[in-house]
Amino acid sequence: MPISLDPQMMRAIIMDHYENPRNKRTPTNKHYQMMHIDSPNCIDDINVFLLEENGIIVDCAFDGIACTISTASTDIMTELVIGKNVKDARYIINQYQKMIHEQPFDAIVLDEAIVFINTHRQAARIKCATIGWDALEELLDHKHEKG
Amino acid sequence: MKKIDPYSIRNDFPMFKNQVKMQGKPLVFLDNASTTFKPFVVGKAVNLYFESETANSHRGDYDLCYNVDVKVDETRASLAKFINAEKREIIFTSGTSMSINLIAYGYGTKFLTKDDEILITQAEHASNVLPWFKVGEMTGCQINYIPLNEDGKLVPENLRKVISKKTKIIAVAHVTNVLGFIVDIKEIAKIAHEFGAIVVCDGAQSVPHMPTDVKDLDVDFLSFSGHKMVGPTGIGILYGKYELLEKTSPFMTGGGMNAKFDMCGDITYLLPPSKFEAGTQNLEGIYGLKAAVDYLTNLGMENIRSYEEELRAYAIEKLKKNDKVILYNEKAESGIITFNIKGVFAQDEATYLNSQGIACRSGQHCAKVLLDYLGEVATVRASLYFYNTKEDVDAFVLALEKGGDFLDAYFA
Repeated sequence: MPISLDPQMMRAIIMDHYENPRNKRTPTNKHYQMMHIDSPNCIDDINVFLLEENGIIVDCAFDGIACTISTASTDIMTELVIGKNVKDARYIINQYQKMIHEQPFDAIVLDEAIVFINTHRQAARIKCATIGWDALEELLDHKHEKG
Repeated sequence: MKKIDPYSIRNDFPMFKNQVKMQGKPLVFLDNASTTFKPFVVGKAVNLYFESETANSHRGDYDLCYNVDVKVDETRASLAKFINAEKREIIFTSGTSMSINLIAYGYGTKFLTKDDEILITQAEHASNVLPWFKVGEMTGCQINYIPLNEDGKLVPENLRKVISKKTKIIAVAHVTNVLGFIVDIKEIAKIAHEFGAIVVCDGAQSVPHMPTDVKDLDVDFLSFSGHKMVGPTGIGILYGKYELLEKTSPFMTGGGMNAKFDMCGDITYLLPPSKFEAGTQNLEGIYGLKAAVDYLTNLGMENIRSYEEELRAYAIEKLKKNDKVILYNEKAESGIITFNIKGVFAQDEATYLNSQGIACRSGQHCAKVLLDYLGEVATVRASLYFYNTKEDVDAFVLALEKGGDFLDAYFA
């Protein structure tokens, strides 16, 4: 996805993922790991679910109360990491964090997540754009039981 | 009655005088329920302590110390006059949270038992809920809720429905922080006293905005914060009726609050208010608070109240013309306006307002009250003060009209 994506398209992508999230659900399968994450500074309060088998992310989902920015950013993340191996997923998360914090990053792997490139303009919302990503990183770093 | 002139008042405030901008736009500050700007005189008073009157208070043998003691005493007197209390009934704390915790621990855990009850409401701020939960945990007493009316307001007749001889403490806000209703606290206190209960009143959202007379209201305790009334952060007040303060245990012990103690553990505490003021006080905060109270007194609380009422009415009238605005507390009497924009998550709207230089607060101000009375998980809150102008309201109203696409905050 080119970095010169026009603002209208970027808005459309965010709204699409907010209004029709692909992976906003609570899996019933108990083999998922789960991480609850919320923020004292905002309203977001979500669970992130991860199903990892043999180093591959078989599924990733999230559920809970979340604003447009956190819903869309977490949903795009789930799409990006499903089917990837853990190493590649970590690389994507790392590049995303770099983008959010205005450092040089590898745009190719971020695909639609590039729409959050302007988050720094609303510094109070950086947490919203990263909350799901932080949870997934934590799940990849440490084993968590579901529920 | 003197009419408030916000345009000349703004010259008293560095945040306006310095033309502070947000997101490159002139700042419209509508988050006064959260904190307030400070006039030059407050900064000057704080600096006076730093620059020419620095010393500790209590028992100093030299003039500087004595002068600080005098200033602390004068501040106490100003505060007492401000709420029509006795000077000895005014205790310095770090703010409303500490004031309420002081009563919860010093009175609640001391006198309540498992057979007793504390009544609160679902509209209370966390600082007027969690300390009482702690008392419940420590004494086994029950925490129960006075039902709110259909608007989310506490009305005395609903207290009558639930109060009993078991009720020992009624802890409620004079003005609630989400919906902004002014509670008839005088009637609440009257009912409470019929049953032998005390009223612990959270004045954080009321004392800065309207005249407060503790004798007339007959509340037993009242707490409020300096920073919400143009004073510094980290300084606040607990008022208590003297005979109750005498019974209340100190929340903190240490220097400045004991009369004498020996190695056998025999301790005599000083009398209130000193009993509750262990350790070195926030002296620069006390200097600043005195200047803040003098500033408000000079403007006149009645004038402030009526100006805010007028400004709120102006805002409500304009907001009602916008079909996208959902108002949750049209009938509230304070300067608090709680709303959402149809189809927009509260925090996204607040971010959009930020991009327009407008400071509002979004939040699950209290999940329970919002869900039960508003059917919403989150709302945006605009809160007015006497230095807000009709132009502030116009900018806010216009932003909400144009704010169809809140993602402008990121892409415009």
